[in-house]
Amino acid sequence: MTVVDALPGVGRRLLAGPTDGRLDTHLARYGRPPRLDGAQLVGLLRDAGLTGRGGAGFPTWRKVEAVLGASGVPVVVGNGSEGEPASGKDRALMAYQPHLVLDGLQIVAGAVGARQAYLYVAGASAAGVGAALGARRGAGLDPVPVTVVVAPERFVAGEESAVVNAVEGRAAVPSDKRVRVTEAGVGGAPTLVQNVETLAHLALIARFGPHWFREAGTAEEPGTFLATVGGAVGVPGVVEAGYGVRLGDLVDAAGGPAERLQAVLVGGYHGGWVPALPELAVSRAGLAPYGASPGAGIVVALPVGVCGLVETARIAGYLAGEVAGQCGPCINGLPRLATTLTDLAHRRGRAGLGREVDAVREVERLSLLVSGRGACRHPDGSVRMIRSAMRTFAADVAAHLAGRCLAEEAR
Amino acid sequence: MSENRLHIDWTACDGRGLCAELLSEILVEDEWGYPLARDGAVEPAVPRALEKNAKRAVDRCPALALRLVNS
Repeated sequence: MTVVDALPGVGRRLLAGPTDGRLDTHLARYGRPPRLDGAQLVGLLRDAGLTGRGGAGFPTWRKVEAVLGASGVPVVVGNGSEGEPASGKDRALMAYQPHLVLDGLQIVAGAVGARQAYLYVAGASAAGVGAALGARRGAGLDPVPVTVVVAPERFVAGEESAVVNAVEGRAAVPSDKRVRVTEAGVGGAPTLVQNVETLAHLALIARFGPHWFREAGTAEEPGTFLATVGGAVGVPGVVEAGYGVRLGDLVDAAGGPAERLQAVLVGGYHGGWVPALPELAVSRAGLAPYGASPGAGIVVALPVGVCGLVETARIAGYLAGEVAGQCGPCINGLPRLATTLTDLAHRRGRAGLGREVDAVREVERLSLLVSGRGACRHPDGSVRMIRSAMRTFAADVAAHLAGRCLAEEAR
Repeated sequence: MSENRLHIDWTACDGRGLCAELLSEILVEDEWGYPLARDGAVEPAVPRALEKNAKRAVDRCPALALRLVNS
């Protein structure tokens, strides 16, 4: 019998112990993945309170249950495409612990009765995943065959219906949501798309149980998450922590602030700007007052000498460039939002807008206009980030309208 | 109680504007010509009195982007 040399700790689980990505190391530590039936898996996931780590934070058991209740033989897809430029945790996980992800994929596939599984990954992960699958084949670990699909490096390519399209060999762009992919996804089959980090947590829950899982995090938001901490920090990178971790501790785990910080973008380009308060709890509950959530665990630190409005305009411009090009309000609205924000960032009055203060109203008007009017949440997520910037950088907005810049003055 | 709602497939809609014409009680055109619910809803409700007009708008949409869904 294989025994675990040490139970994964409270703070480090996915990144605990050796992270060389080798199968023999993995088997020596964790043994072969257990087999569960659908009811057992749903029960475990519900008791554990595992939520999706891809950004939306949806309860995992519900998606599994939806797929089990749909008619047809299900398909399972592990999603490690990570199109978010500020995120590196899925690629890190695929490099350090590919076998936890692949165990999770097999456990889910077995439990829902899938006969085909896919792993949808960034190009950087493809070779490593291929090698890991090869090693597992030799050990007879994967009863359900796994096909690797490489995701294009586009922001919306990781959205659930875009994932289904990519797996089917079509362009990786979102589809209309009249039918959920859990009912009809790949080839019309009920399809379970789970982020790769979610699958890795699942592989540990299947071994150590929901009680162990709940030893980290908070009662409402149990478990750990992988955070990609970047921006003005000493050592940007991926760290693991329980939900509810203090923002200051998360930043310190990435080498601490490189300069004095003014704000932090949490949850990525579809996330929210929050003030850089060290005691802020990184959890849904802690971030809700700021209209933000941990999302896929992205934390970007902004120093006092960099203007939050300039950074927001830059990100809005990026997001406008990542529009899939399918939905009119998004195609037209996001570039308009980006140019309006750029004008505000550069303290320019805008042609056609009488007074500069109208730029603020124009941002709000366009935000409301594009929200909810697309096949995916790209407009809504972009608007969430932009509106959080208008609140968190309210003093900067006022200064810009008066022809000044607080960041410039802080340098 | 179930009610009919208008669902717009944004990937198909190319803003021809027919629906806003046939269902002006519910829809207006935004500044780019795309349908916008007067009440701001993502899937605006269709009152029983307007169901016939709504069905006509659905049938006539040249992009087949409009549907009546029951929620």
